[in-house]
Amino acid sequence: MKIVVLLKPVPDTYGQRVLDLETGLADRAASETVIDEIGERALEAALQHAEQAGDAEVVVLSMAPAESQSALRKGLAMGAASAVHVADERLAGADYVRTAEVLAAALRKTGFDLVITGDASTDGTGGVMAAMLAEMLDAPGITRLESLEITADAVRGTRATDGGTMVVQAALPAVVSVTEALPDPRFPALRGIMNAKKKPVEQLTLDDLPLDEVGAALDETAAPRSIMTSVAERPPRSAGTIITDEGDAGERIAAFLAERRLA
Amino acid sequence: MNPILVLLPAAPAGGLIAGAAEAIGAAASIGTPIAVVTGPADALPGLAEQAASFGAARVHTAVVEGAELGAPAADAFEAAARLVQPELVLVPATVEGREAAGRLAARLRAPIAADIVGVARDEQGVVVRHSVYGGAYDVESAATYGPLIATMRLGSIDDRAEAAAPDVQPLEVTASGWRAATIESFEPIAQVSTRPDLRTAKRIVSGGRGLGSKEQFALIEQLADTLGAAVGASRAAVDAGYVEPSAQVGQTGTSVSPDLYLAVGISGAIQHRAGMQTAKTIVAIDRDASAPIFEIADLGVVGDLFTIVPQLTAALEARKG
Repeated sequence: MKIVVLLKPVPDTYGQRVLDLETGLADRAASETVIDEIGERALEAALQHAEQAGDAEVVVLSMAPAESQSALRKGLAMGAASAVHVADERLAGADYVRTAEVLAAALRKTGFDLVITGDASTDGTGGVMAAMLAEMLDAPGITRLESLEITADAVRGTRATDGGTMVVQAALPAVVSVTEALPDPRFPALRGIMNAKKKPVEQLTLDDLPLDEVGAALDETAAPRSIMTSVAERPPRSAGTIITDEGDAGERIAAFLAERRLA
Repeated sequence: MNPILVLLPAAPAGGLIAGAAEAIGAAASIGTPIAVVTGPADALPGLAEQAASFGAARVHTAVVEGAELGAPAADAFEAAARLVQPELVLVPATVEGREAAGRLAARLRAPIAADIVGVARDEQGVVVRHSVYGGAYDVESAATYGPLIATMRLGSIDDRAEAAAPDVQPLEVTASGWRAATIESFEPIAQVSTRPDLRTAKRIVSGGRGLGSKEQFALIEQLADTLGAAVGASRAAVDAGYVEPSAQVGQTGTSVSPDLYLAVGISGAIQHRAGMQTAKTIVAIDRDASAPIFEIADLGVVGDLFTIVPQLTAALEARKG
C-alpha cells in the first residue's frame, strides 16, 4: 500500500509573517519556513499505520519553491521513505485550483492508495484542498477526520462536521484530510535525521506532470484564475490603558464596558 | 440582475448550515441572491422557506439524502451553477460549506477565494476581501474572468437582506455517480448551553492556562453568561483539558472578530492573537504585566483573575439590576 502525505511549507506561525506589498506573495525570506504542523500530524498517522501494518510505503509530497526542500527533509527524518517535490517558477502565486491540479497530477504520476492531508493550512486557511483533490482524482473524499483506521482496502474514521460527528468509510484509493484532534507528531530522532539525507527526493517540474490526466493545461492562462488585486498592511493595534489591580479592577472593567455599551 | 449564487447544504444535524443569513445578506449587497438548498426531502420545504426569509429572491432545491458523502450535493450545486450562471458563488465557510465550494471549483475549474470577510463591486466586477495572517494584512482578490467561488468566514459580514416571498424551484440534477465515501452514522453534538456560537458571537470571554483547572474555568462560563457572550479559550487551556477543543480561538482554532473580546489568564502568544486581534474592543486580565496580550488590549488589567473576575461578574450583575 502506498500512502502519500501532503506537506505544505509555510511561514512559521511562531514568528512574524510578512506579505510582500509589491507582489502580494509571501515574503519567504522574512520568516522561517516550516512544514505546517497539521501536515506533520497527517504524516504521524501514516507512519503509525505503516509501523503496525508493515506493508505500507509512506511518501511525502509538496508543491513548493526549490529552496523549501529542507522542510521536506523533516518529513523524511520523521520516517517517510521518499519525497516528491514539485518545484517550478511558473507556479509562483498559483491559486487553489492550479495548486490542486498540480498536486492531483503529481499524485497520478506517483500513484497512491491513500492520500492524507491536513484540513487547512495556517497560511491560506482555505480548507478546500482535500475536496478538490477527491474530485480531480475521481476518488472518494473524506474531510476532517478526527481519527482514522486504515485497512488493506478501506479507510474509516470519525469526521468532525457542522454540529456533530460522523462515522465515515471509503474504499481505497481515497483522499482524506485530518484535524488537530489527531495525535501529536513525533520529533525526528538523530538517526532519522541522518538517514533522511540518504532518502530519495524526486524533483519534478510542470513538464514532468500528466496535467491532461486531471483535466488541466500546461498553460496557466488557459483557465480563469483567482488573483490578488490589492494588499495593504493593517496598522498595528496600539495598546490602550493598562492598569494594575488595586482591589477595584472588576468594578473598573464593568464601568469601561458600560461606557462602551458592551455590557 | 447580477445573480449571486449562495450554496446552502443542510447541516447534518438539521437546518441550514450556519452563516446562511450572512451569505444571502452579502450577496444582496452586490447583486441578486439566488440560493440553492440541498437536504432530505422532508426537510427541504422548510429549508427553502428559511432561505427566502433571509432574502433569497429565488431558491433552487435538490433532494440529497442517503449515505453518500459529498458528491451528491456537489451534483446539485454544479447543476445550479450551470443553470444560474452566477457572477459569484458564495458559501459559508463551515465544514460542509468548504466541502461544497472545493468540489464545485474542481468541477467548474472556477477560481476559489477562501475565507473572505467582505464583498464589493468595482467597475470591473466583483471583488472580495480577505484578512490575512491573522488580520495583519487586508487583501482584495478577484477572478480573472468567469464566476468566482468564495467561502465566507462566519461572523464577518453584518449585511442582512429583507425577507423575500418564497420562489422555490426544484432543480433537475443528473447524478454523476462519482465515487463517494459512505456515512455509517451521525452523532449530533449535545446542545449543552444556550450560549451564542463562538464563530458569530458579538461578545466573547476567553480563558487561558491561568485558570488553572477545569473546575476554575467555570469562572469564565459565569462571566460569559452574564455578558451574553460565547466562551472561548487559548490552545493551552484546551490542551490542558479545561474546555472542549471547539472553544479554541487562534491560528489553529476559530478566528473571531467580535465587538468585545475579553481575555482572561491568556498571555497572548502570536498564534492566539492571530485569531482575535481584529476584535473591535479587547480587554485583558493577566497576572504578568509583560504578557503580549497587553500590547493589543484597549483595557489591560494586571492582577489576580481569581479576585477580579468574580468582582467583575458581580458588578455586571448589579448593573443589570
